[in-house]
Order: sequence, then C-alpha cells, then structure tokens
Amino acid sequence: MSTIDMGYDAVMAKKGEVMKSSVGIDYDAFKTGPVSFDYEGMMTKTGYDLKRVFEIQSETAVGNTPLVELKNITALVRAVSPRGKGARIFVKDEAQNPSGSFKDRRASVSVYEAKEKGYPGASAATSGNYGAAVASQAAKWGLPAIIVQEAFDGRGIAQPEIAEKTRACEAYGAEVIRLSVGPELFYVFLLILMETGYFNASLYTPFSVLGIETLGFEVATEIKEREGHFPDVVVATHAGGGNVTGTGRGLIKAGASGTKLVAASVDLSGLHMASDTDFNRKSFTTGHTGFGIPFATWPDRADVPKNAARPLRYMDRFVTVTQGEVFYITQALAELEGMERGPAGNTSLAAAFAIAWEMAEDEIVVVQETEYTGAGKHPIAQLNLAKKMGIEVKRGDPKENVPGVRIVIPEDPSQITAVDVDLDRLRRSYYKNALENIEDREKITDDEIRFLAEDTKTTPDYVKEAVGLK
Amino acid sequence: MDEIVKGGSWVEVHRIVLEAGERAPQVPEDTKKVPLEMRVKGYLKKDAKVGDEVEITTAVGRTVTGKLTAVNPPYDHGFGEPIPELIPIGKEVKRIIDERGDKGRRGR
Repeated sequence: MSTIDMGYDAVMAKKGEVMKSSVGIDYDAFKTGPVSFDYEGMMTKTGYDLKRVFEIQSETAVGNTPLVELKNITALVRAVSPRGKGARIFVKDEAQNPSGSFKDRRASVSVYEAKEKGYPGASAATSGNYGAAVASQAAKWGLPAIIVQEAFDGRGIAQPEIAEKTRACEAYGAEVIRLSVGPELFYVFLLILMETGYFNASLYTPFSVLGIETLGFEVATEIKEREGHFPDVVVATHAGGGNVTGTGRGLIKAGASGTKLVAASVDLSGLHMASDTDFNRKSFTTGHTGFGIPFATWPDRADVPKNAARPLRYMDRFVTVTQGEVFYITQALAELEGMERGPAGNTSLAAAFAIAWEMAEDEIVVVQETEYTGAGKHPIAQLNLAKKMGIEVKRGDPKENVPGVRIVIPEDPSQITAVDVDLDRLRRSYYKNALENIEDREKITDDEIRFLAEDTKTTPDYVKEAVGLK
Repeated sequence: MDEIVKGGSWVEVHRIVLEAGERAPQVPEDTKKVPLEMRVKGYLKKDAKVGDEVEITTAVGRTVTGKLTAVNPPYDHGFGEPIPELIPIGKEVKRIIDERGDKGRRGR
C-alpha cells in the first residue's frame, strides 16, 4: 500500500508544484519584486499573439459573432429618457459560439495549448458556461475533459443553472464531478490534476485572457467599420475579471483607447459565497459581486500564482444592477428584439440600459456578450427556485431589492439603475491586500508603486497617497 | 431495493470527500456542519445493488469508487410554472414605446 498522504493539508501544500506542471508556466520567471511582476511579459511570452488567437478560434468556429443593433431596446430607453438622451445600444451575440457563450473564446486557446504541449486531457474547476466551453473545445481537439463543479447544497438541492451545465458538459462527452458547497472544491481539483496529469484550463492563465482579446477587438473594429467611429462605451459583465481584462486589452489593440469600459455585476451583497444555506438563495451563479468585488481587490486569490485577469487595470467604471432588473431586461429583450438569451449574459444589458439613458442619442454603447438560455438557465427556473426557497418575488421599485430575501422586478424601465461601485475604495483595498505581507516599508520601492499604479489604472502619486507614503 | 443493477449500466455514485469535522478552516459555520459530498457518473464495473460500495468507469476512463445511488439518473432540471411577475412585461414595454416614444422608430 502506498503511504502518500492525500489528505487536505498535504494536497493543498502541493498547490504550487501542481499548478506549475498543469499549466506549464514558470511564474517565478516574471517576478520583479515582492508585489510587482512583468505582466506584459507574461502575456506575450505564451507564444500566442492576437493574429494567432484569431486563427485558432476560426478553426473551431469560435468568435466572429453577429453584432446586433437593439433598435427596439433603444426606442424603449428613449421613451423614458430626457429629450436628446438615449444612446444606441448594440449587442455582440456571443450565444452564437459553439457552446453558447463567450467562454468558448477563453477555452479555445487553453485547450489548443493542452493539445500542442501533449497533455493527456484538460480539466477545469467551474460551475458555469466555462465548463461547457472547455468540454466543447476538448471534444473538437479530441482530448478528454473533466469538469469539477460546485453543484448542490447540503440538502442535495441542485442550482438549476448548474444542473444545466452538468448536462451540457456531459453532452460534449466530459466527465463531471459534482460537489456540494465549499472552497475545498479546489482540493478535489488538485487531486484530479495529480491523478490524471491533465492541463489545468484555468480561467486565470494568459491563455484564457488572450482568448477574450478577440472579443474586444471585434467589437471596436466592427462598430468603427459600420459607424465610422469606435464605440463610446462598452459594458462587460464582471465576475472573476477575465472578461473585463480581455475585452479591455482587445479594445486597446484595436486602437479604441478612448472607449470607456464599464464593468457590470449583479448585486449579491450580504450573501456568503461559501455558505451552504446561501447557495440556493442566489438566482445568479456568476457575473455577480460575490466574485466581482474580491477578484477586483485581490486578483491573485486565483488558482494560479499570478492572475492574468486584472480588472482594475482596464475598467473605467464599475456598476451593479439587481437580479430583478436583469430578469426584467431579459424578458424585454425576448419580446422587443426576438432574442431569448440567458440572464447572466444580460447583466451587462441591464447596466447598459441605465447607462444609455444618461448618454446622448448619437452615442453608442455596446453590450459585449449574450449567452444561450434553456432549461434551468432561465429566469423562470431561477424565480421558481427562489420562491421555493422562501424568497419574496414581486413587482415594485428595484431599490427595495434585498439579495437572498426579496427579488423586485421593476414596474417601469425608468427604474433600472446602474449603481456605481466606488473604484477608489476598491483600489485602496487592493493596495492593502497587495502590501499586506511587506512589513518593511523600505521594500515598497518606486518600481512596486509604479506596478500598483499600472495595475489599477492610476498614477504613482495616487498610489503613494493611498498607501500613506506621501 | 434488492434488484441487481447490471454491470455496464450508466449510474451515479456518491462519496463523502470531507466529513463535517474535516472542513477547511475558512469555511463558514453553516457549511462546516455538513460534509463535502461528491457525485460522479459512469459505467458500473460489476453487478451490484443500490447502496453497495462499487467501482465505476467514468466518461474519460477513470475508476471512481463510491456508494451506488442512482441508475441512469435523469436530468430533471427544467423551467417550471410561468412566473406571473414576468408575464406582463412584454406588453408593458411595447405600450411604453407606443405611448411615450417614437413608435415609428421601432425595429428601425
């Protein structure tokens, strides 16, 4: 009998080693100081540039999705906005990707890399669209895939959206490991990587983020081609930070550095992400503040040592909307535009609706994703679960919304509001987390300060002032 | 449930990964009270009964052990009843465009 300790502590202690072999990146090579690292170096030394990513994605029919002007949604904004206001709203219909979401872009480069480097398979720890994307890309490249999900609570009740993801992953031939609630999912994931030697198709490697750059690039260039100028605003649903980061990088690569990038999350404040009892009190499994805030204030909490998704580097504004507002806009999109799409992807549409209200009529706002919808992954399924869990569902003023207690569906579209998250507060929280382990203030050199400024889209003076060095 | 499940059947097994007392320190109190459970599907290796400790071969060919809990488990997620709070929204937004907006612009 083997005596290798496979207990929780022993396996977690091997995290660094397992991650290095399962993603094939030596993160230490990019380290430049206690906090700083060569981010651009890490992003470029992976061997994939934008042109190569486009080529890889075209081989599996990923990307080049339709850009649709939502003329009736725009008409609705203008019907309730002040005269002269109400920007034109466009949406990138990412639901048209092979597995039904923009996550195919993220999975495409990762799975290609796994194939190229000779890994025997690919695995991902994800309960959402990304699992289906990895399974779909793996099917295309002929690799086996294992998806590890947080799928049901202590009473055995499955989150309907995740149940649908289980089905989708299995439809693509993947093995799905379904777990109850808890962060120890990562322990099970490490065990799987150790047992199989599969590639870790993490959401947070350069491969994953490079895959999204094409989305930002397409949005910018297609609007420019059609309308003669870049979009004024792009809204991206924000959770782990990859969507905002990849889109922001793609916009810059297209030359659209003047386009404002707005991150949008569903407000789930007050609900604990690792709580067994809160698990099924959420109607959204991603695109919410439970991921969006912690991943903005400390991106390196991810499974890899240095997260390639660094949202504060790219976002110009961060707003939240409520669950009820997203359900309302999802219904409006179906009935006004003939597009039935999934609620998580429509988070940014709800935010864009409120933002377009503030903008001039001749301006353009682009919602950069939609996702597929279906059994479980639908407002009807989510609201039925919410009612079963004792959550009140009613029409009214969204301001009365309380996550986990009451879902308020607006009575009028003018009630949809994009609530600003204070970016200064997020940046300060990030600096605190980043500098936490540096006891010796002397070690906070100008290089470290410069890195923190770049990583949060500010200036060295701003950082110095925020951390009390000025 | 003494019926024999034939080897080769598509089944689900269940296993406790961490007992309630073994949960990670950062886990909130309510989660600490329950074990970390795992469910995996695959082909049953040998004839067995529901409730037996069995071995399965998963979709990627791994062997997983656990308690046999279900045979050919259904996908039972769906939609459920229509939601009364969502039903009127379509009519409402069309009326708003017609009454307060420029209806000539609809679809243009």
